Amino acid sequence: MMSQILASLDLRGRIFIIILIALSLIVPIFTLCVPETSALHIPVYVVALLGKYLCYALLALALDLVWGYCGILSLGHSAFFALGGYAMGMYLMRQIGSRGVYANPDLPDFMVFLNWHDLPLTWWGFSSFIYTCAMIIIIPALLAFAFGWFAFRSRVTGVYLSIITQAMTYALLLAFFRNDMGFGGNNGLTDFKDILGFNIQATSTRVVLMMISSFLLIIAYLIARFITQSKLGKVVIAIRDAESRVRFLGYRVEHYKLFIFVVSAMMAGIAGALYVPQVGIINPSEFAPANSIEAVIWVAVGGRGTLVGGALGAVLVNFGKTYFTGALPELWLFALGLLFIGVTLFMPKGVLGVLDHINHKWGDKINLQKLRWSGEK
Amino acid sequence: MAHISNNPTLTSSLLYLDGVSVSFDGYKALRGLSLTLAPNEMRAIIGPNGAGKTTMMDIITGKTRADEGEVWFAGTHDLRLCDEAQIANLGIGRKFQKPTVFENQTVFDNLLLALAAARSPLKTLFGLLSRSQHARIDEILEIIKLTHRRDHIAGALSHGQKQWLEIGMLLAQDPQLLLVDEPVAGMTDAETAQTADLLRDIAKDHSVVVVEHDMTFVRDLGVKVTVLHEGSVLAEGPLDVVSADQRVIEVYLGR
Repeated sequence: MMSQILASLDLRGRIFIIILIALSLIVPIFTLCVPETSALHIPVYVVALLGKYLCYALLALALDLVWGYCGILSLGHSAFFALGGYAMGMYLMRQIGSRGVYANPDLPDFMVFLNWHDLPLTWWGFSSFIYTCAMIIIIPALLAFAFGWFAFRSRVTGVYLSIITQAMTYALLLAFFRNDMGFGGNNGLTDFKDILGFNIQATSTRVVLMMISSFLLIIAYLIARFITQSKLGKVVIAIRDAESRVRFLGYRVEHYKLFIFVVSAMMAGIAGALYVPQVGIINPSEFAPANSIEAVIWVAVGGRGTLVGGALGAVLVNFGKTYFTGALPELWLFALGLLFIGVTLFMPKGVLGVLDHINHKWGDKINLQKLRWSGEK
Repeated sequence: MAHISNNPTLTSSLLYLDGVSVSFDGYKALRGLSLTLAPNEMRAIIGPNGAGKTTMMDIITGKTRADEGEVWFAGTHDLRLCDEAQIANLGIGRKFQKPTVFENQTVFDNLLLALAAARSPLKTLFGLLSRSQHARIDEILEIIKLTHRRDHIAGALSHGQKQWLEIGMLLAQDPQLLLVDEPVAGMTDAETAQTADLLRDIAKDHSVVVVEHDMTFVRDLGVKVTVLHEGSVLAEGPLDVVSADQRVIEVYLGR
């Protein structure tokens, strides 16, 4: 089956999947089986970092689906990411049980601190992992549906749509900051202990979480690829390029936009849910508009409308971020700004666009050589 | 509604416009425009710039709402209550003045998108192209002479080829009524003549409304002509009769 899937992809997609599979097989071996004294040992913080990058890659893939293919520049995708993250965070809070500072078996610490006596209705069911998994997908999807329903029906497009997506995530940021929302306020949710009974700090748990992130990124890529290659994908690209023309062909543009937007929000929610156990905290700052804009930069750097490009950009930019914030912390924001300007000016199709260009040039040269050789004979 | 079903002109016509007016910021683009089109009729619409030709098409296809007047399709559908997608699905197709094809997609995909088929997201996500649909697209490629450009990006086509591709998209859509806005703009004389042949061929089993400036082309079509002027109908009839009309001459040549 694997070979069938690979055969249906283009070269770029095949390389992408092979790298992800290799990563999730090799890294565990070098982390778990190679002794710590060995030079080949991969320390656990690298695994956690890698897992985080993979979550960002999944968010970028989701964003590329709406922006690169449907032309909806969402500046509020971190809202879906953070909602997925909060759903997972609530499950992890319930897993703590009576091991909290106040040792209350029914309420998370912050609720005891606020003098609450009952679990709020919003927390119902979050001790069940299956219910949590459903909520990770359903809550971002519902928000995307409600938001998209009104926005796309009213034909809000372009920069106006971008601004209201930004307003949406900002409104959520403010709401989640409030203590009486019941989601931990300013501090968010943290001090997690277990996930499905496994110690969340354990090396093996971290390795498995990274592997799951990698696996779900592959699945999301395959789904996104299926969507974009279908006739629906062609309609969506047509909407991006000439929206009103598509209407005159009899397609309900708002339904198509809604579909893509909701699918993308679900993927972003899953990315957020995988992110939280790997970084160990979720707080309202994840809703910050700046996060959404950073995700847009990842997609622009990698190359929009390519799926793989978004993921590549997410890893490249975040690797840069990790390096810069360690080596030259005060320069990071300048570097990010310069990067965005540079990419917009000099590589409008991102890294993948440049690679394609080089590839074509080489291809042309080789063809020219062949032509010359055949001429000499 | 009672008076409407009793109106024999309305029930027998495919397209029925009565007293349609629309204004943009005080400028009256249409003033009491009335026009009827019989099933399988081809009609040429001429008129100087600003006569309201394109606005009329916008009203029919739902892009613009009429301020006053009635717009009916096939005697039963009130087009004032429908949006663009509904109108397109009723069977009205449109070719734009400036050729608008999907530039980043192949010629084949452009026709595939236009092809009459289910339009819902679910159907397009899982639906596969049937053999007969495939054959139909190949057939249209032959008709519009773009078979050799089948897998090329539509943005790479010449202006004339884009015009033809858009006519091909109309054919694929297979609407009852085709609204064709300036189909020969930017075409060579030979291409213009071929386009006239193509449209006459299409008109055998479709109703067609053609807006055009090119008088040789209109003469080639050899159909009834409606002259628009300042948002209403100035004259109607065969081209020879219309072009002999004193008022039409005044409008075209200036007072």
